[in-house]
Amino acid sequence: MRFAVLVFPGTWSDWDCVHALEDVGQTAERVWHKDGSLEEYDGVILPGGFSYGDHLRCGAIARFSPVMSALERFSVTGKPIFGSCNGFQILCEAGLLPGVLQRNASLQFRCQPQELTVERVDTGFTNGCRSGQIVQLPISHGEGQYLAPPSVLDELEDAGRVVFRYAGENPNGSLRDIAGIINPMGNVLGMMPHPERASDALLGGTDGNYIWQSIIERWG
Amino acid sequence: MSSYPAPSDAPSAEVDADVLAQIALSRDEYERACDMLGRAPSDVELGMIGALWSEHCGYKHSRPLFHHFPTDDERILTKLGDENAGAIDIGDGWVAVMKIESHNHPSAIEPYEGAATGVGGIVRDIFAMGAQPIALLDSLRFGPLEDRRNRRLCVGVVAGIGGYGNCLGIPTVGGELVIGDAYGGNPLVNAMCLGIAPRGSLISATAGPPGTQLMIVGADTGRDGLHGATFASVELDESSAERRPAVQVGNPFLEKSLMDACVGLVREHRDWLEGLQDCGAAGITSSTVEMAERANAGIRIQTQRVPRRESGMTPYEVMLSESQERMIAAVKPAHVSDVEDWFEHWDLHAEVIGEVTDDGIARVFDGELEVAAAPVSLLTGAPAYTPDAERDAEAAARSDWDPGSLPDLDPADASEALLKLLASPNIASKRWVYRQYDHMVGTNTVVVPGSDAAVLRIRGIEQGLAVCTDGPGRAVELDPYAGSARAVAEAARNVACTGARPIAVTDCLNFANPERASIYYQLSESIRGMGDACRAFGTPVVSGNASLYNESEDGPVTPTPVVGMLGIISDVTKAVRMAFQDEGDEIWLLGGSLEQDVSTLGGGEYLAVLHGKSAGPIAIDLDAEAALVDVLVELAESGLLKSAHDCSDGGLAVAIAESAIAGEIGAQAEAAVSGRLDATLFGEAGARAIVSAGPTSGSDLVETAARLGAVAVRLGSVGGDRLKIGEVDLPLQDAADAWNSSLPNLLDG
Repeated sequence: MRFAVLVFPGTWSDWDCVHALEDVGQTAERVWHKDGSLEEYDGVILPGGFSYGDHLRCGAIARFSPVMSALERFSVTGKPIFGSCNGFQILCEAGLLPGVLQRNASLQFRCQPQELTVERVDTGFTNGCRSGQIVQLPISHGEGQYLAPPSVLDELEDAGRVVFRYAGENPNGSLRDIAGIINPMGNVLGMMPHPERASDALLGGTDGNYIWQSIIERWG
Repeated sequence: MSSYPAPSDAPSAEVDADVLAQIALSRDEYERACDMLGRAPSDVELGMIGALWSEHCGYKHSRPLFHHFPTDDERILTKLGDENAGAIDIGDGWVAVMKIESHNHPSAIEPYEGAATGVGGIVRDIFAMGAQPIALLDSLRFGPLEDRRNRRLCVGVVAGIGGYGNCLGIPTVGGELVIGDAYGGNPLVNAMCLGIAPRGSLISATAGPPGTQLMIVGADTGRDGLHGATFASVELDESSAERRPAVQVGNPFLEKSLMDACVGLVREHRDWLEGLQDCGAAGITSSTVEMAERANAGIRIQTQRVPRRESGMTPYEVMLSESQERMIAAVKPAHVSDVEDWFEHWDLHAEVIGEVTDDGIARVFDGELEVAAAPVSLLTGAPAYTPDAERDAEAAARSDWDPGSLPDLDPADASEALLKLLASPNIASKRWVYRQYDHMVGTNTVVVPGSDAAVLRIRGIEQGLAVCTDGPGRAVELDPYAGSARAVAEAARNVACTGARPIAVTDCLNFANPERASIYYQLSESIRGMGDACRAFGTPVVSGNASLYNESEDGPVTPTPVVGMLGIISDVTKAVRMAFQDEGDEIWLLGGSLEQDVSTLGGGEYLAVLHGKSAGPIAIDLDAEAALVDVLVELAESGLLKSAHDCSDGGLAVAIAESAIAGEIGAQAEAAVSGRLDATLFGEAGARAIVSAGPTSGSDLVETAARLGAVAVRLGSVGGDRLKIGEVDLPLQDAADAWNSSLPNLLDG
């Protein structure tokens, strides 16, 4: 597959995502936020970082970038869009996913290994996992507390759109331990953890590859 | 005597004592400047001289001592002090670039921004050379955390480092947190940055030939940080809080764009540039004047072309502002518009503010008005001082004290003593700190914070880099020479524990007012000790920073030279960590005997925690240290080591306990002694490490150690859920709880 890895000013997991995708045999190209065509790609990655320095609110300025209208058009094609960390925040700000991400309940940045429960294995992002499987993916964020009105949370739960939950201690105060959600069409997934940091045994983990392999399985 | 013509229409500066105090220039220095100039300096000239002759920029008291440092070998690509950072050839076409720098005084006044901008400054030093920053480390010292003021500083500094570094996408992979009584009024915040670049792609901080255009890029210039270099060169006092305007405010998002733009520019269009330099201490003044000095040239700066964020700024303020996130690019005239366009891509504005001239004079204009015209050689010719040195009698007496005068530890109290040491903030887990730092971004951190040193891979080559910082201030206070040699030895041991061969040093010299004989003694002996140790390990000093005048109403800080050590690991997949791994592995003590003389308690954590004493002799055996490094590196390369951890703070028992806690597996170690129990368990004899190896590796391990001149003693084995080290016997969980919960309990209140 050929992936676009979006780069906003302040994005920093772009190269990490490129390397992780290349390591599983895919093509990945960094696409600058002003150079907006995405049509030629099979999938889009929104990596982590601090787009626009998190000014105003994380992801709040990036959503007005030129590339975002192309991303919205891309989303209706059914091809996969995967956002991690700041990418998740941007997807929420852009309305492609519901809810918001706020400052961690601890008011401190958290970078640590994190266990997650895979809640759904019938998505294009998790079909390689076993139901209820615990995966280890690092987190690294100051604003990862997932919040949404109770009605939205109920809707997410009822529709089976909560894909990942924090296992063990909730690191940021996210409601219902939500770590990652998917859109109704099943092609836009956002999560706070960083699978690209768990895609290489030398760095101590490869659970991130479940996500890349699932995407390839479903859309490749 | 020759006389340089005064700048046209510029008023001569008023030079009463207040003016000189503001720029921290002595009356003698002022007169010296007048003599060199052949007239009184103008207002702007005086400000420029004050900044460039400050201790911070001019290294007046440290420069004459640098000859003690080894500074060269076949790997070193830069001359000490010539560039923004030191560069080392690490093989296979790659170069490492590194430097450590202090931001002590700003952090004392405004902990978050002071620490944040310290990170920003050191990162700019690295990418000013065209290198990609790949790792940050932070070496921190605070007063006792039971004091609310010190907690506020610690919490603020850690948040500031995270707030800035996390936004940049550079992992913060290591450092230290040390608590000591004498850091209360004057904390130490040293930031180190490591970068890499393809060999041959570095750029110098030179101005280039006459006609070269000087462009400023990045942040607009404001009044922030005015006199920051001066502020760094005086003692802190009650009025220091009023110096808050001398603390800069950081914008890490802007720095991230500036970094990406500059690294990309140097990689892809180095031919457009003559040089690149960051605006650090003393802002446009020091950056442009130092560039001119390297090019043997003059410069002409038009202050009205400098983009500003405040109105009504005087040329003096423009020249001395320390607004952050600014770079000076020396651009070939034909490529000015190319460079403008390049930065525009990142929404950054580059503006020509001057050019290089051939007359050796730094000229500053405010429109038509020439407000400064001083020779570059004068501005960069800060005087050098070698004051009287005399050992402080009180410290000497404490160092002569015999720890043997204390009663030995009762065997029944051994477990309790270990728990107390594990809970000491200087030994306890630093997870509270490093989990606030993104230490994984870049996906190169092979060994994360928590082991003896961090290890980074470089994609595409087999070698990895190990990096750490060490600065045992208490030992330096007791014996500046041996203590500082120990700083180098500990750092060398730490990188060697990962399997890396130490190759180069960067140092940050944190001392009090060197004009006093006792402090100058500390400084000069410290540099001598570091120099000798660096020679023993073959690790030249490639860069550094001197931060003097670290004192407050509470008195001088503990003398604290911080050593940043770089090591190369020949195969990064063989990196060794601190944690014990498997049941049945054997635990070995490498490098020295089990039983230790009571003198090894000197200056150690055991005396500080159990007896409230900072006293006793400090020893160093550089031959033994070098042999241990050889053994650790060879054993790691041969794949024999399952874990390695050096014996430093808290000695043998703490080292074994930490490896067990990190591995979440118990340990049984024999430590039968005929002599002093306290020294055997907790003595801090150097040149020792605790390693573990598979049960069949013993003979290879002993043979290797013996061949390289070090002892290997089998202590016991890994396994179970208890920690048993001689007379120490307790559940591993108790030790883990003490070690893990100490900092959160102190700091999350």
